[in-house]
Amino acid sequence: MNTILEVIGLRKEFGGITALDGVNFKVSNHQIKAIIGPNGAGKTTLFNIICGLYYPTSGIIKFKNSKINGLKPYLIAKKGICRTFQNIQIFENMSVLENVMIGRHCRTKSEILPAMIKLKKTRYEEREARAFAQEMLAFVGLETKAFKLSSNLNIREQRLLEFARALATEPELLLLDEPASGLNIRETEAMTELICKIRDSGVTILLVEHDMSVVMEISDEVIVLNSGKVLAEGTPEKIQNNEAVIAAYLGEE
Amino acid sequence: MSLGSQILQYLFTGITVGSIYGMVALGFNIIYNSTGIINLAQGEFVMLGGMIMISLTTTFKLPLPLGFLISVLLVTMIGAAFERLAIHPLKNPSVITLIIITVAGSILFKGGAMFLWGKGTFTLPAFSGEKPIFILGATILPQTLWILGIMGIVVLLLTLFFSFTQAGKAMKACAVNREAANLMGINVKVMVLFSFALSAAIGAVAGIIIAPISLMDYNRGTMLAVKGFCAAVLGGLGSNLGAITAGFIIGIMESLGAGFISSGYKDAIALVVLLVVLFVKPSGILGNKERSQLKKF
Amino acid sequence: MGKKNLLSLLILSIVVMILPLIINNPYYLSILIFVGIYSLITIGLSLLMGYAGQISLGQAAFFGLGAYTSGILTTKFALSPWIALIIAIFVTAGVAFLIGIPALKLKGHYLAMATLAFGQIIFIIFNQEITYTGGPSGFGQIPYFKLGKFMLDSDFRYYYFVWIIVLITLTLSLNLIHSRVGRALRSIHGGEITANIMGVNTARYKIDVFVLSAVYASIAGSLYAHFVTFLSPGTFGFSFSIALLTMVAVGGMASVWGAIMGTALLTILPEFLRIFHDYDILIYGSTLLFIMILLPEGFFIGLFNLIRKGNLPQSHLLKKLLETRR
Repeated sequence: MNTILEVIGLRKEFGGITALDGVNFKVSNHQIKAIIGPNGAGKTTLFNIICGLYYPTSGIIKFKNSKINGLKPYLIAKKGICRTFQNIQIFENMSVLENVMIGRHCRTKSEILPAMIKLKKTRYEEREARAFAQEMLAFVGLETKAFKLSSNLNIREQRLLEFARALATEPELLLLDEPASGLNIRETEAMTELICKIRDSGVTILLVEHDMSVVMEISDEVIVLNSGKVLAEGTPEKIQNNEAVIAAYLGEE
Repeated sequence: MSLGSQILQYLFTGITVGSIYGMVALGFNIIYNSTGIINLAQGEFVMLGGMIMISLTTTFKLPLPLGFLISVLLVTMIGAAFERLAIHPLKNPSVITLIIITVAGSILFKGGAMFLWGKGTFTLPAFSGEKPIFILGATILPQTLWILGIMGIVVLLLTLFFSFTQAGKAMKACAVNREAANLMGINVKVMVLFSFALSAAIGAVAGIIIAPISLMDYNRGTMLAVKGFCAAVLGGLGSNLGAITAGFIIGIMESLGAGFISSGYKDAIALVVLLVVLFVKPSGILGNKERSQLKKF
Repeated sequence: MGKKNLLSLLILSIVVMILPLIINNPYYLSILIFVGIYSLITIGLSLLMGYAGQISLGQAAFFGLGAYTSGILTTKFALSPWIALIIAIFVTAGVAFLIGIPALKLKGHYLAMATLAFGQIIFIIFNQEITYTGGPSGFGQIPYFKLGKFMLDSDFRYYYFVWIIVLITLTLSLNLIHSRVGRALRSIHGGEITANIMGVNTARYKIDVFVLSAVYASIAGSLYAHFVTFLSPGTFGFSFSIALLTMVAVGGMASVWGAIMGTALLTILPEFLRIFHDYDILIYGSTLLFIMILLPEGFFIGLFNLIRKGNLPQSHLLKKLLETRR
């Protein structure tokens, strides 16, 4: 299987505190890889570095065999990595459809002047973006809410909206930051199904999740982070029986 | 005049105006520390202090100390009223709203001053004569000594206030962490009111002591605010020692610039410094990066 | 742009075309010309503040740069007003670009102060470069625009000239708002970091819209210079920046229609309130204060909501809209 993302010797320090301490791992194409670990293990920091929000102190991140660390977030999105957020980050001043259309931004081109004089190409692009966004809303099951103000959605719908927005960027790698948090059991089940559906459509998924049943059910591989280091890596079964992992989790409690 | 004494003269002038910029910067800091707001009406407190003092002592013939006291008291009340009427009623305001509100307050004060005093410029007689003192070929006006002395007292009182009084300590706690202070039973809303009153009072003092050496008019506030802000930013927003130091630096740069480069562009010097600092190192040259909570914006 | 905007545009065009035929008083006509000129600036400011969420307290400086470049090039260098207008656009855009790159990295109060300082510096330059600007007393004899054989020297002709430009600018701006770029601008307002992660080059769009608003102000400046034919720095100071801000806030920041209405109200009203003549800053100050406290979504927008829903405007909603996030 081809490697889509490769993290080599990743280190991140925040003024003396080491959040990530030499992390190495690979993500293969079309798989779901989960990252688990106790609070403060560095999971969110890792996501923030991959999507370009932080620069790593040292180390390399390769996406499809080219180095991406040091690039600005919007360029990384354009290369095909997008994400959702643990604490939902939708554009509350925009409608649901417009939120998703922001996802189309990096796949369209019209700049300020063509937009002002509405060139034929611009109008075509706008129609295409709208259609694509509606398709993504239908994919996550929000098509009926397209014209609502996004802040009027409930938590579950806002999470789905984030999915649709991220998918609209046509990512090859999708980072999901705790997609099940704040959802009840039934909603979580639907969310798991959706994640599998996204994987089946050809998107590789890197997942941070606290709900172990979700992780163990859908992941092809699991990485355990502890204090900024990779503690263990392997299939869900292997991880569940790993003594070091059990110790770390019990020690934490 | 020899070059040496000429430079000395510019230094004296610079230190005099610089201490005023430092005091305006202190006013910015006090409100910023307890609220995170930059009060763009800060310069108007200075202007009001000067104008009220001039009216009280020249029109109503009050003795200087009494005029001083009443002016500061009045401006303090104006500052407190501004907080109660314009800042207090807001629930969860955005930064843009706050900026516009303090700007609106500033032009309202300016308009009010124009309404009361007209567009003319006024002056206040010096506190103790105009007879210059000669030092190494340069001269110092007695008023300069008053300015430095009173600023020294203000800084001393502020230090004592923040270190030894309950209210001062509570305000300091708000500056470090507002939520924690709230949880510890400090009434943050009252502290906000306090900070506005206190910084209005300091502004008023600055306006009163500078009135004898600088003409006062309704429109004087904006420039003083901008330069005071420049000092606050250069000194690292929130740092009082930095504010005073930066005030002197800017005052001296300005008077040297006016003397050796161009007097017309005197006012531009502080502005250019402000832009350069904002663009290069917004946490301030003298400030400490961790403390200046830039991320809040 | 939706049907509603198209209809509004049509109505505005008709009103604009008919007004001078009803109003015969040249004085009133000249006020309407000023409304048009200022509207150009406030449309730009509304794009910058209401849509992209970036504040500017120095917009009068861009207006001044346009006016002075036009005035100086036509009087001192005998260029045609048209060429001067074009050069002014490039000069102002260039200055806005250079100042925008570092300034727009700042947020909130810092950006406000940086733009204020920039505006004051330009104001000082207008006062000091006496050879070109005439200093505090200004300079005059700026020529009128010429359209072929037509000299645009009467208020009647100039009115149509200005307002056609306003209508074109408005149409272009509405197109922009309802485009990919317009959405990107609003996403910056809604959450800059998120927008960046979603693929929006936020730094670039902030500069783009800043330069665009400066260009609008520059065009307005040129139109002002060749209408009034006399320039002095007083027109382009801090208080005019605040007046512009007030116009946008009165109309409702996140609406170019509001910007035009706010501009009209605050340009026309003081003319009728003669007693306030010198005290217009009192009006601006109190208006701004009351609107920000009571109807933060703008006087007109708030009023519409009041009429439509029959209940008090939900000011917290717009506060959310305006909230500048980290």
